[in-house]
Amino acid sequence: MLDRHDILEKRGLLLTVAILVVVSIGGIIEIAPLFYLESTIERVQGVRPYSPLELAGRNVYVREGCYTCHSQMIRPLRDEVERYGHYSLAAESMYDHPFQWGSKRTGPDLARVGGKYSDAWHVEHMIDPRALVPESVMPPYKFLASSIIDPDDAPEWLKANRAVGVPYTDEMIENAAADLKTQHDPFAADFDNFVARYPKAHVRDFDGNPGAITEMDALISYLQVLGTMVDFSVYEPEENYR
Amino acid sequence: MTATSNVPAPAQDGGSEVPFIAAFLAVGALLALFIAARTPDAMMSAHAMMFLLAFIAGAFALVHHASSGNRLTQDVYEMGVVKAGVFASVFWGVAGFLVGVIIAAQLAFPNLLYFEDLGWTNFGRLRPLHTSAVIFAFGGNVLMSTSFYVVQRTCRARLFGGLTPWVVFWGYNLFIVIAATGYLMGVTQSREYAEPEWYADIWLTIIWVLYLVVFLGTLLKRKEPHIYVANWFYLAFIVTIAMLHIVNNLAIPVSLLSTKSYSLFPGVQDALTQWWYGHNAVGFFLTAGFLAIMYYFIPKRAERPVYSYRLSIIHFWSLIFIYIWAGPHHLHYTALPEWAQTLGMTFSVMLWMPSWGGMINGLMTLSGAWDKLRTDPVIRMLIVSVAFYGMSTFEGPLMSVRAVNSLSHYTDWTIGHVHSGALGWVGYVSFGALYCLVPWLWKRKQLYSNALVEWHFWVSTIGILLYITSMWVSGIMQGLMWRAYNSLGFLEYSFVETVDAMHPYYVIRMTGGLLFLIGALIMAYNLWRTAKGDVRAREFAASPALAPAE
Repeated sequence: MLDRHDILEKRGLLLTVAILVVVSIGGIIEIAPLFYLESTIERVQGVRPYSPLELAGRNVYVREGCYTCHSQMIRPLRDEVERYGHYSLAAESMYDHPFQWGSKRTGPDLARVGGKYSDAWHVEHMIDPRALVPESVMPPYKFLASSIIDPDDAPEWLKANRAVGVPYTDEMIENAAADLKTQHDPFAADFDNFVARYPKAHVRDFDGNPGAITEMDALISYLQVLGTMVDFSVYEPEENYR
Repeated sequence: MTATSNVPAPAQDGGSEVPFIAAFLAVGALLALFIAARTPDAMMSAHAMMFLLAFIAGAFALVHHASSGNRLTQDVYEMGVVKAGVFASVFWGVAGFLVGVIIAAQLAFPNLLYFEDLGWTNFGRLRPLHTSAVIFAFGGNVLMSTSFYVVQRTCRARLFGGLTPWVVFWGYNLFIVIAATGYLMGVTQSREYAEPEWYADIWLTIIWVLYLVVFLGTLLKRKEPHIYVANWFYLAFIVTIAMLHIVNNLAIPVSLLSTKSYSLFPGVQDALTQWWYGHNAVGFFLTAGFLAIMYYFIPKRAERPVYSYRLSIIHFWSLIFIYIWAGPHHLHYTALPEWAQTLGMTFSVMLWMPSWGGMINGLMTLSGAWDKLRTDPVIRMLIVSVAFYGMSTFEGPLMSVRAVNSLSHYTDWTIGHVHSGALGWVGYVSFGALYCLVPWLWKRKQLYSNALVEWHFWVSTIGILLYITSMWVSGIMQGLMWRAYNSLGFLEYSFVETVDAMHPYYVIRMTGGLLFLIGALIMAYNLWRTAKGDVRAREFAASPALAPAE
């Protein structure tokens, strides 16, 4: 059979086509089923699209390359579950474009960091990580506190996310800029409608500077919601074995 | 291929592509101007201006070329673009290694190397700069320049497409500049080794298709009946990277005037697509492409035929078939369904065999010429690179086993594994090829100094060993500390205690990287003097060609 190899060796185009066929097989068999096997994503209650402010924070998280040192994927191992909380579900990142599971823990996992630390702790830690954790090797992110977010950018983020499949409604897109401001102000007129659109969203000034909506506000609003959406009181792991 | 009677007549093509290139530059310049004028996004504006300047410079170069009557048909082979690629390789190599040393130093000495007012120097922005600079800027230029050299010599044909190879070279390096400046400004998709945003991805797709056209066009007009084995690997590298790049970078931009985009796939599907890409960036960029270098430069330098033609056929097809399945081993114990993890693990373990088949084919090519390990430091560099290849391709399948991975994943062990492949295999096989290419291209009898090659080899090798061993220790230690329990059944260590324990190993790793960088600087100096035509005064009879120790 190896003697017949000159059929390919003498024909450049045929060789190219043969290579393309051979390298396509693995990817098709492994990736394509994830899009139609219903068991891929667990059935859960509570996961919703990110609010405009949370999404702004996620944009900052992506931009600063937080994924280079922090994972967002707790494995079902005893020590990880005890250290970080319930192992991560596929459903928890079903609206994540792109995913932020990470590959390295130079710093701790952040999949369930929501609610673990106060806003003030995050602000201090972001400004000077070693002021709070002397052994830390994290860079400082003081500049986020002075970087102002333009709420009028928000509708386009939501529209692009809807284009890739996140179920943002017309109402959410229409109100995106206003919602971004509302989440920063507990006394905003539209508070009730906002919380109806984004259940369990934290509404407050996050960075201790109520005068401006900054990237620090956005990033902390994102961190505070991480891993808090799934209602584990009604989650049935046995029904979701894969 | 060396006999002068076999040299083909000067190629008759060339010239017909000039109007197409002119139109390409004009359309590109107009589009860049439009975007630069209209975008509210400062980062997009900066990048559009860079594209615009590059297209204008390209237009000037094209006019100069046309008016000077400098026809490309004078020489048998197009070697100018290969020389340019050698320059770019050395430059980007040194730059990429330097950024690596800097980010290693940041983790070792965070108090000294972070600046609260210089957010763009933070680890999160520099780390993609390092990985892209070494993989795509250094590795990519090595692959392009060697492939342009090898395909011409083994096909006895001039590069196809006249000026098109130059478009590929400059277009690719423009992509590197756009990507690198983007990372510093915060333009990233956050997909590891695929961080550049949508417009840079589209640009790379165009350039990559042109690269395929040049390479395949040269293959199709070859004067040799058979396509040489190195070219199979180059072809697989080019075709597969095109497939991986396009699928993994599918995204919807926020607007055509914005740098920001959102990935087409969500969560778990996105994760597997990314690691299907990520692992095969290793498999096809850093392995198949550099195996092509092995299959040409080792036989050529050793003046021995490839050990086994049949083994190379088995090696080639089994490697490219199996590699593509291995991606899910990056996602063990994650929310990826277990069947996909198991498939990935199974194929990763199987991958050991074709990898070692290739290693044996490379090493055994030295049969009957083992003395050259002693007399020719360039051969030694090439052979040691294959040995490192064998070591990392044994370690890889080991780490892909789920039980091992539960310890190694998320730790520095992975970083050490990557660097044993990247520094030892990719680095050394590239250095070996560059040490061969520069005397050949500039028509020098020998390198400026073999003694400096010896220095480069030993300084770098000590650096690599420091790097790998420190990362083994720190990775395994951290993995064990994370899962350690005390006698009362509580977790023994807080996370930050494990960070604190890493410090000495981060210093050792930085030192290793620094030695590797120094080695590369020695090489840059040696190659520069070689190209100039100098020979070091005390280099008597050290040349292997003059004194083979039989």
